[in-house]
Amino acid sequence: MRLRLFALGGLLLVTGCANVKPWERSALADYTMRGDRDPLGDAQNEHIWFSREAASGGRGVGGGGCGCN
Amino acid sequence: MSRIRQTVLMVSALALGLSAVQAGQIKVGDVFPNLTQFQLEGQLPQDLKGKVVLVDFWASWCGPCKSSFPELEKLYERYASRGLVIVGINEDTKSVEMADFLKKNPVSFTVVRDAGQRLVAAANVASMPTSFIIDQAGQVRAVHNGFHGEITVKQYTQEIEELLPAQHAQR
Repeated sequence: MRLRLFALGGLLLVTGCANVKPWERSALADYTMRGDRDPLGDAQNEHIWFSREAASGGRGVGGGGCGCN
Repeated sequence: MSRIRQTVLMVSALALGLSAVQAGQIKVGDVFPNLTQFQLEGQLPQDLKGKVVLVDFWASWCGPCKSSFPELEKLYERYASRGLVIVGINEDTKSVEMADFLKKNPVSFTVVRDAGQRLVAAANVASMPTSFIIDQAGQVRAVHNGFHGEITVKQYTQEIEELLPAQHAQR
């Protein structure tokens, strides 16, 4: 019984993964969803990371996630 | 059968059931659904029977859709007289977004809005835009996922030329 409850709980967790269809991605495609929408903020973060961790770059992925093409 | 095995089977069956709900996209050879059955907003062309139809699913927020519109318009201007019909199916949730887009990207082919997103769900398109080229018998002859500039235009042209009746030499 406990095992079944555990399995059912697991299934409920699985339903937490939403499958957003391509035609439902209008909000995801919005400009405000872009990771690189604030160039000044990005430059400041880059400076901080470089100064503190000697880390640089790693911002190669662009786009808002609309999945277009 | 042990209780553990029973539970594993039950969970697997449920998971399989969930995945089966995902129907596939309309593919080449399928008969395209009748557009009149989906309560689309706007005026559909009177008679699509016996015509070569390009159905294009698009939305104002989709970048490649914007690039595709001038090319679709050129195709329409070139082939409308030979019987090509283009129907743009808009998937915006607000009609004002579609209107704004069309103001900036005017076209002369038919554009209707799938306000309830019923048609797109039935077609289950894999990306935006997605277009289908449908022959005179209503059968899907080509599916284009996305718009890839000249490559897609070349494919459209070839497929449409193959389906349209040969043009008589003009004197």
